[in-house]
Amino acid sequence: MALLRLLAIRLLTTLVTLAGVAVIVFFVIRVVPGNPIAMMLPPGATEDDIARLSALYGLDQPLLTQFGIWVAGVLQGDFGTSITTRQPVLDLVLGRLPATLELAIMALVMAVILGGAAALTGTRFRGGRTEGAIDVANGMALSVPDFLWGLVLILLFGVLMPVFHISGRVSPALDLPFTTDFYLFESLLRLRFDLWADIVAHMVLPALALAIPLAAIIGQLLKQSLKETMNLDYVTLARTKGYGETRVILREALRNAALPTLTLVGVQFTFLIGGTVIIERLFSYEGLGNMAIDAVINRDLPLIQGIVLLFALIFTVVNLIVDLLYAVLNPRLRHA
Amino acid sequence: MPDAGQIDGRSLIRRRAGLRLWLSAGWLTLLAAAALLAPWIAPKDPLAQDLFLGRLPPFWMAGAEPGYWLGTDSLGRDVLSRIIHGARVALMVALIAGSITCLVGATLGLLAGFLRGWVDMVISRLIDIWMAFPPVLFSILLIAVLGPGLTSIIIAIVVIDWTRFARVVRAEAMAQGAMDYVASARVAGRGRIGTMIREILPNVLPTIVVLLTLEMGIAVIVEAILSFVNLSISTDDPTWGGMIAEGRTSIHQAWWVLVFPLITLFLTVLSFSQLGEGLKDRFDPVLR
Amino acid sequence: MSFLSIRNLSVRLKKGPPLLRRVSLDVQAGEVRGLVGESGAGKSMIGKAVLGILPPSVEITGGEILLDGTDLLRLPPKDRRRRIGASCALIPQDPLTALNPSHRIGPQITDRLVDILGWPRSAAEARARDLLAEVQIPEPDRVLRAYPHELSGGMRQRILIASAFAAEPKLIVADEPTTALDVTVQKQILKLIAGMQARHGTALLFVTHDLGVVSKVCQNLSVLYSGMVVEDSAVTDFFAAPRHPYSRALLAATPKYTDPAAGLTPVPDEVIAAVRAEVAAFDAGGIA
Repeated sequence: MALLRLLAIRLLTTLVTLAGVAVIVFFVIRVVPGNPIAMMLPPGATEDDIARLSALYGLDQPLLTQFGIWVAGVLQGDFGTSITTRQPVLDLVLGRLPATLELAIMALVMAVILGGAAALTGTRFRGGRTEGAIDVANGMALSVPDFLWGLVLILLFGVLMPVFHISGRVSPALDLPFTTDFYLFESLLRLRFDLWADIVAHMVLPALALAIPLAAIIGQLLKQSLKETMNLDYVTLARTKGYGETRVILREALRNAALPTLTLVGVQFTFLIGGTVIIERLFSYEGLGNMAIDAVINRDLPLIQGIVLLFALIFTVVNLIVDLLYAVLNPRLRHA
Repeated sequence: MPDAGQIDGRSLIRRRAGLRLWLSAGWLTLLAAAALLAPWIAPKDPLAQDLFLGRLPPFWMAGAEPGYWLGTDSLGRDVLSRIIHGARVALMVALIAGSITCLVGATLGLLAGFLRGWVDMVISRLIDIWMAFPPVLFSILLIAVLGPGLTSIIIAIVVIDWTRFARVVRAEAMAQGAMDYVASARVAGRGRIGTMIREILPNVLPTIVVLLTLEMGIAVIVEAILSFVNLSISTDDPTWGGMIAEGRTSIHQAWWVLVFPLITLFLTVLSFSQLGEGLKDRFDPVLR
Repeated sequence: MSFLSIRNLSVRLKKGPPLLRRVSLDVQAGEVRGLVGESGAGKSMIGKAVLGILPPSVEITGGEILLDGTDLLRLPPKDRRRRIGASCALIPQDPLTALNPSHRIGPQITDRLVDILGWPRSAAEARARDLLAEVQIPEPDRVLRAYPHELSGGMRQRILIASAFAAEPKLIVADEPTTALDVTVQKQILKLIAGMQARHGTALLFVTHDLGVVSKVCQNLSVLYSGMVVEDSAVTDFFAAPRHPYSRALLAATPKYTDPAAGLTPVPDEVIAAVRAEVAAFDAGGIA
C-alpha cells in the first residue's frame, strides 16, 4: 500500500515537472531573434514565400495559440515537423534515442564496475596505502568533469596509443544489417561479433569519459558506507562463524551498504545523461545530444522542443525507477 | 580514553588539505597574474596569423621556431600567447558568473529554507523543474537565444546553476532554523528577515564560500564547452575552449594545439575544486 | 586438559595503554565459567580475543590462546578462522543489531553449516528447524523465512542462541547476552541458555557484570579488574568467602548478597588504592 502511494505521488510530481519543462522550453526558444523560416529559404525568397512557409509551420499564429496547438499535438504523439530536415520530430528523435541510451547504459555499467571495485578494494585494505591511493584517485576523478576526461582519453587512447576509435558510432565502411537502432544490442543478438567489436571500440572512450566522475562518486559513497557497515554487530558475528574478510564484505556488508548509495547514484545518473550532449559532440557520436546541438545551431524550433522534452522525460523516469528500486531492495519498506 | 591514532589521522588530513590548498591557490594566483598582465607578458600577438608559420611544434621538437615556445596552430597563431590571453576570458567568467550565481542562488535558498511555506514550495518546485533539464543542452539553448558573447555566457551560467546554491543553502538554512539559538533570537524580538540575515546567514556562509569556489571552476568549464561548440564569444578572440575545438580537428597533425590549452584548463578546474574541498575541510568543525 | 586455555594474554590499545595484563584462565570441556568485572575491566576483550574479533584499534602483545591444545595466535589467519568457526560460537549482546537486516533468518542459522562445515543444504535446514523448536519458537517454518525486522527482540535473541548452538560447538562465548533485554525476558533467556548448555554439554564463557546471573548459571568464575584476573574460584567458594579484597568489595556492592537493610556499600577507597597499587606493580613487571 505504501508502495502504491509513493508511486502515485511520484507520478504526479513527475507530470508537474514535465509540464513546467514544456512551458519553459516553448517560450524560451520563441524569444530567438531572427526568423528561422527566413534562414531555410534561398536568398532570393520574397516576403510572400516566408509568410506562406511560416503559415505552414504555424509560426504566424499568436504565441499562446501556437502553444495550444503544440500541446494538443504532443498529447496525441505528434511533436511537429523538423524545419531543417522536414521529417517528423518524433521519428528523428526516436531514431537517435537508442544510440544515446546505449551510450548512457554502457557508461553506467562501467561506472558501477569501476566505482564498486574501488570501494570494495578500499574497504578490503582499509587503513593502508591502497586505500589512500584510491582516495586520491577518487578525488581527482571527481574534480574534473566528463568533458575534460573525454579530451584526455582522446589524447591517450586515440592519439598516443590509438587502440580505440575517437569519432562516430560505427565504422562507415561496414555494412549494417540492423532493423532497429540499438546497434550494440542487436549486433549481439544477431551474433555478429565483428560488428559488435567495432561498435564497442567506438563507444568505450565516450562511455568511459561519462563514467569516470560517476565511478568516483560511487567509489567514495560506497566505501564510506561499507566501512561503517563493517563495524556493525552482525558483521562481527559473521566473522566468528569462520568467514574471511573478503567474504564478509561481499556477503554481509555489501547489500546493506549499497542501499544508501543507490539513491544518490540515481540523481548522478541523470547528470551522466545530461553529459551525453557534449560528450557525443566531442566524439562525433550520432546520438540525441549531437542532434540537439545541431538543432540549436540551425534554430530548428520543433526539433529542439522535442529533444529537450525527451531528455526531461528520461531524467524524471530514471528518478522514478530509482525510487521504486530502493523500495523493492529494502526489505523494511517492502513489508511495511 | 584519548585515542592516539585518531588524533594523528586528523593532523595528517589537515596537513594534506593544507598542501592542496596552497598548490591550487598558487596556480590560480599565477593564472590571475598572467591574465592581468597578458598584453605585456604574452610573447606574441595572440591574433597575429602567419600561414608560413602554421603548425609549428613546441620548442623542444625539431622544426620549432624560436619565440614560439608552445608552437602554433594551423593559422600560425602562437599557442602560448593565446593561452595567456584566454585566461582573461576564463577568469572573468569565473569571477562574474560565479558571484552572480552565488548571490541569486543563495538568496533564493535562504528564503526557501528559512521562510518555508509557499515561498519554499514555489522555489523547490522550480528547482525540480530545473533539475529535469540537461544543463549543457540548456546552456547551448540559452546562448542560441541570447546570441553569442560574454554577457550571454554569464547570463546562461546564472540561469542554469543557481539551483546548485539554492538546493544546498536551503537545506542548511532549514537545519539552522530548527536550532535553539534561532528561536531565542526570535524570542528576543528580532524580525524574520533580521533573524535570517543576522543569525542564519553567518552560519551558512562557509558553505556558500565553498560552493562559490566550486562554481567558479564549473563556470570555466561551461565557457570552454560553449567555446568548443562555437557559441562563445567571437571566434577570433582566444579562448581555451575555442583552442581545444581547433586542436580536436587537427589532433593527428598538431597535438600541441590541443594538449597545452587542455592542460591549462585541467589544472584550473582541478585547482578551483581542490580549493573548494580544502576550504570545506578547513571549515568543518569536526576537523578543526 | 582444558578445552580453552588462555596463558599470559596481554592486549593493548595500539600505541596506548594496556587493556589486558597477562591474563590466564581455563575453561574445561562442558564447564560454565563466569567472567565478571566492571565495565572497562577487559572482560569482553577476552571473549573477543578468543573469537578473533578484536577491533582493529587494539593489538595482542603477548601470550597464548590454546584451543584444544593448539595456539590460535600461531595459526595462519585462514586456519585460525576456520578452527574458531568450527568449534566456537558467540551469543552477542544486542539481538537488535546482531542479525543482518537484508538476509532471511534461515540462512543466518544455516550459513556456517553449509559454507564452513560443508553440510548439505537440506540437512542444515532440518537442523535449523529442530533448533528453533528447541529454543521454543512457534511456527519455525514461518520464522525461517522471515526478515529480522519482523520479529521481536526476545525472539531474535532466541534465534541467535539457536544459531550459536547450530554447529554443536565445544565453546560458546556469551557476551552479556541478557543486558539489552527486558527484565522479564532476561530470566527466560537465561534459563534457555542454561538448559541448552546442559543438554548439549557445551563449555560456556559467560561475560557479565551481574553477579546474580553468575550465581544462577556458572560453576566457576574469574574476576577481572583493570585488565587483570584478581580471583579465580568456584562460584560456591566465591560467594561464601571471596579471597581478593576487590572481590569482597564487588560482592558487598551487589544488593542481593548483603543485608538489604544495610543498603549498598560502595567499594571502599582503601580497597581501590590497594588494587591500583597491585596493577601498577604488575605493569612495572613485579608479580608474575
